[in-house]
Amino acid sequence: MARGVRRVWTALLGLLGLVAVGAIWEGYKAIGPDDGVLIGETRVLPRTTDLAMPHLLDMVRRLGEPVTSAPGAEPLWRAVYDAASTSFGIAAVGWLVGVTVGLLLALLMQRIRLAEYGLLPWIVLSQTVPLIAFAPVVRRWGNQIEIGTWEWPPWLSVALIASYLAFFPVAVGALRGLQSPARIHTELMHTYSAGWWATLRSVRLPAAVPHLLPALRLAAAGAVVGTVVAEVSIVYPDGIGRQLITFAGQASGDPAKAWAPIFGAVALGLVAAVAVSLIGLLLRNYRRGEAL
Amino acid sequence: MTETTPVPPVEGPVEHSAHDDASTAADDVGRAASATEVAVPAAAPFGPPPPAVLVTGLTKRFGTRKGAVHALQDVELRVEPGEFVSLIGPSGCGKSTLMRLIADLEKPTSGSIEVFGKTVKQARADQDYGIAFQQAGLLPWRTVAANIALPLELHGVSRKERRERVSELAEMVGLTDFVKHHPDQLSGGMQQRVAIARSLAEQPRLLLMDEPFGALDEMTRERMQGELSRIARETGAAVVFVTHSIPEAVFLSDRVVVMSPRPGRITGIVETGIGADAARDEALRENPAFFAKVTEVREALHGVPVAEGGREAR
Repeated sequence: MARGVRRVWTALLGLLGLVAVGAIWEGYKAIGPDDGVLIGETRVLPRTTDLAMPHLLDMVRRLGEPVTSAPGAEPLWRAVYDAASTSFGIAAVGWLVGVTVGLLLALLMQRIRLAEYGLLPWIVLSQTVPLIAFAPVVRRWGNQIEIGTWEWPPWLSVALIASYLAFFPVAVGALRGLQSPARIHTELMHTYSAGWWATLRSVRLPAAVPHLLPALRLAAAGAVVGTVVAEVSIVYPDGIGRQLITFAGQASGDPAKAWAPIFGAVALGLVAAVAVSLIGLLLRNYRRGEAL
Repeated sequence: MTETTPVPPVEGPVEHSAHDDASTAADDVGRAASATEVAVPAAAPFGPPPPAVLVTGLTKRFGTRKGAVHALQDVELRVEPGEFVSLIGPSGCGKSTLMRLIADLEKPTSGSIEVFGKTVKQARADQDYGIAFQQAGLLPWRTVAANIALPLELHGVSRKERRERVSELAEMVGLTDFVKHHPDQLSGGMQQRVAIARSLAEQPRLLLMDEPFGALDEMTRERMQGELSRIARETGAAVVFVTHSIPEAVFLSDRVVVMSPRPGRITGIVETGIGADAARDEALRENPAFFAKVTEVREALHGVPVAEGGREAR
């Protein structure tokens, strides 16, 4: 009962936060000077013109209007939804690839100590290479891959780049998780003459779950960010990333339109976060260790 | 309760199990004498049954940064099938190390250990012993039943057999109503009982216990001692029990092995003379003979010479 009440409160507070953001936006727009707030030459708060800060209501209304003035154009929300779904699919593939690679790396590092010493520094170092530096390289290589009649589709390049951000937290988190069982548990398995595989299945993997779930969440965020950035840098036309750039370019004439794909990207991130927390719900039995 | 007594594992000639019973019954009679029969080949096909544990000339050194630590030196120990032996001594005397060596969790520096006439590695592979530690070490994501069944599951016992065995064991440790609970829903004493049930899952003939009641409060501890001695009697398993409580050692054991540190070695063995069949109950704790043995163990621990007959020559 008390739990249900608290859940309602949490939802209410979340909603209240959203309302507060809207209120600050509209409030500042109402009382702020048109030219923004300047300290010396530096503008510390933005202009409040309709061009720089469209009304929230205008943004929402714009979603219902057609994308372009061309006859038969679909409504804006539909275009954003399609682009976001495409990106979500790509991000999901990137996430899967990243999680698989991350888990395999973690297993390898757990199994062979030397691999941990040899690989872990490189895994950490890999994240210092900016995505946009190697995105074009991935695309160029991808373009050259042709197996029989199958050609490397451009979206796969995007997914691959997204997986580059996703694998890192999984590799590090899963390794910590796989190494987390207490000595008493590994010794017990030793007295049962259980091999590496049996110990992995019965002790290490279940014990890794509490470490793995936050890693999966980070990987989801990484996959979404990676997808959006990769779409932009390899000029992939169908996703939300490209749409962000295109609509931003039209903002001078249609300021509210530029905000639509931003909402789309936010929704994309939320859906990804919910999807991962569903995994956490499925594995909640393995999180009992967190309470101990 | 009788149906919970496991049948001793099949081990060839029938005489063996007959011998088992005999040695259990005659536990406190000829212990000193039997301890000198080390020369008998342990795995002789038709000889007396091999001892549950036979430790000969065992030395264990740990290499540390500050140099070698002499954990155990020239340890000789013989534990008969069905016998309850406690290892007692101050910390650093190597009592846990000795138990871990028997469990094949450490490798000896020199000397040999046999468990039922086999190498410790073979005995571990054959699941001849069950083990329990100071911490229950239950897997938190498994229910009580699944925790008890873990060793059975790992060794491919069928689901049906597992379920039967688990309900037997749960009854033996008095947790029938809790098999569906998870460890975090149990008290420390109940968790330790699950651990004991788990150690008994494969009907081992030897139980190795490293201060299993060390983390429990005094009242739970005394109740658990009574239960353990009942379980040991029911299963007929030999027990090697590490403790640093003198009354606990005397209360439970047929023999108390007294150890001292630097280097870790056996300095005395006290026969409690309580007898395997004597009831381990509150009356025993009040018994003057019990107090006398407690005093004897204490004196042995403190290095004061112990009365003749209670101590074995090494």
